[in-house]
Amino acid sequence: MNLRTQRKAINLLALTLSLAAMAFGLFWLIWILWMVFEQGVSSLSLSLFTENTPPPGGAGGLKNAIAGSAIMVGLAMLMATPIAILAGVYLAEYGRNTWLGNVTRFVNDILLSAPSIVIGLFVYAVYVAQMGKFSGFSGAIALALLVIPVVVRTTEDMLVLVPTALREAAFALGAPKWKVIMMVTLRAAKTGVITGILLALARISGETAPLLFTALSNQFWSLDLNEPMANLPVTIYKFAMSPFADWQGLAWAGVFIITLTVLILNILARVVFRRTAAQH
Amino acid sequence: MNESHKQGRLGDWLFFNLTRLFAVITLAMLVGVVISLTWSAMPSIKEFGFGFLFSSEWNPPAERFGALVPMYGTVVTSVIALVIALPISFGIALFLTELSPAWLRRPLGIAIELLAGIPSIVYGIWGLLVFAPIFGQYVQPLIGGTLGQLPIIGGLFSGPSLGIGILAAGIILAIMIIPFITSVMRDVFELVPPMLKESCYGLGGTTWEVVWKVVLPYTRVGVIGGVMLGLGRALGETMAVTFVIGNASLLSNFSLFLPGNSITSALANEFAEASPGLYTSALVELGLILFLITFIVLSFSKLLLLSLEKQSGKS
Repeated sequence: MNLRTQRKAINLLALTLSLAAMAFGLFWLIWILWMVFEQGVSSLSLSLFTENTPPPGGAGGLKNAIAGSAIMVGLAMLMATPIAILAGVYLAEYGRNTWLGNVTRFVNDILLSAPSIVIGLFVYAVYVAQMGKFSGFSGAIALALLVIPVVVRTTEDMLVLVPTALREAAFALGAPKWKVIMMVTLRAAKTGVITGILLALARISGETAPLLFTALSNQFWSLDLNEPMANLPVTIYKFAMSPFADWQGLAWAGVFIITLTVLILNILARVVFRRTAAQH
Repeated sequence: MNESHKQGRLGDWLFFNLTRLFAVITLAMLVGVVISLTWSAMPSIKEFGFGFLFSSEWNPPAERFGALVPMYGTVVTSVIALVIALPISFGIALFLTELSPAWLRRPLGIAIELLAGIPSIVYGIWGLLVFAPIFGQYVQPLIGGTLGQLPIIGGLFSGPSLGIGILAAGIILAIMIIPFITSVMRDVFELVPPMLKESCYGLGGTTWEVVWKVVLPYTRVGVIGGVMLGLGRALGETMAVTFVIGNASLLSNFSLFLPGNSITSALANEFAEASPGLYTSALVELGLILFLITFIVLSFSKLLLLSLEKQSGKS
């Protein structure tokens, strides 16, 4: 009887602590999101989208930073997605049990969690240092290198889920393998692959570290990819660390925009994915 | 007929080699990172040799550099993060897999995953402008007055309550890696065959006993893998740390209240303004050290998780 009470007490204690841990986790999530929302909304205004980043102490907007971020992120996705999808196709369709496939899969998973600042250093060493200046294009390259592992991973996972019977049916009709992959397998896995692309987009939208010494930042409006380019994350970093209230307000507004974008992309990815899951 | 057959053959050959080329490019990225960083770090490696790892001097004007202070910052903040995040993540995973009512499981799981998706700069600005002032004003004096009075470990919690510092950076990192560790733990907990758990329940085991004596032993390898994954993230995290660690490349004692520097925060703060030559090279060497450490930690994590997958595939 005594042992029984003791076991029950331990159980109760453990479960209470588990509940407390859950509450603890949610507490931070809610606190962070609430602050971002509160501070962000109070700093939101139309001039955010119509004016460039201001000099110290002045008022202004984030127009050049938003445009710069959009350009670099877009360019990075354009460069990385085809490479990553085809590499994912190799892993899923050709490289199942080959030496190259296994090593690439392993390395890709490492790169998925590798420090993004090191990717920035890499692009600095091979591109920025050679060209002799910081540039928007080098920022896009750094972001592209971060997209590749995410899309490779999801593409492979999604292709593996496609039923073999579907492939065999296409083969039986005499289609060559590349046609089967392009027109049957990839098409069947389409929404899954799109999910991966959305997740990668969400990931690089807020990446700061790799842009610090590639795109740098630019106080003025510039669309020249060979010049330093303004972007949201680095601007937020610079402004938040400053002592000026105006700048800090802009930083909060920027954080609000980024958080909102990332959350929407994440939720969108989930919705897209759920729709496929329902189909199967 | 024959013509189209030939075309198919050619198409196959082209497509196969094209996809293989891109797979090789992914592989080459890793090799490229290691080679290019080693190349750029060469001047510093030649100048300081192994002494770089053990010197705490960081003096740009005199061009004397050592990695000890940033390495210390990186390791200590990550350890603090793990110490906090590990029990919390375990508790959340336990709640999600065993306790939570079914209707709550999905939304809570999604909330945790959304937390993992928030960019680190958001944690950083929140840490600097919201968390650090509150932490310095209320929490640090409290810790200093209690834990700081204890013998031996008291030294860790002494000094001025600045808010920002190594301890604050560790706590922000902990909040960041909780979702990563939690989602791996939850996934591996779900791999446990229901039959095993039901057997323990059938013998009269409590929920806690099922988790502690059946689920954990079964998933041990995967849990360690998840922890290593979180550690890898913590070691390489930049923005969340840079905002709150205080960026001081001097370390006079071991108090966690002091501002410090991590490898990533040193890079983020100094690299763009560093003069070319030995200074830049020393910073690149820091990056190389970081990459090698995280590579080892992440490989270890991956291997553990793979071995768990194989094991559960067999049974």
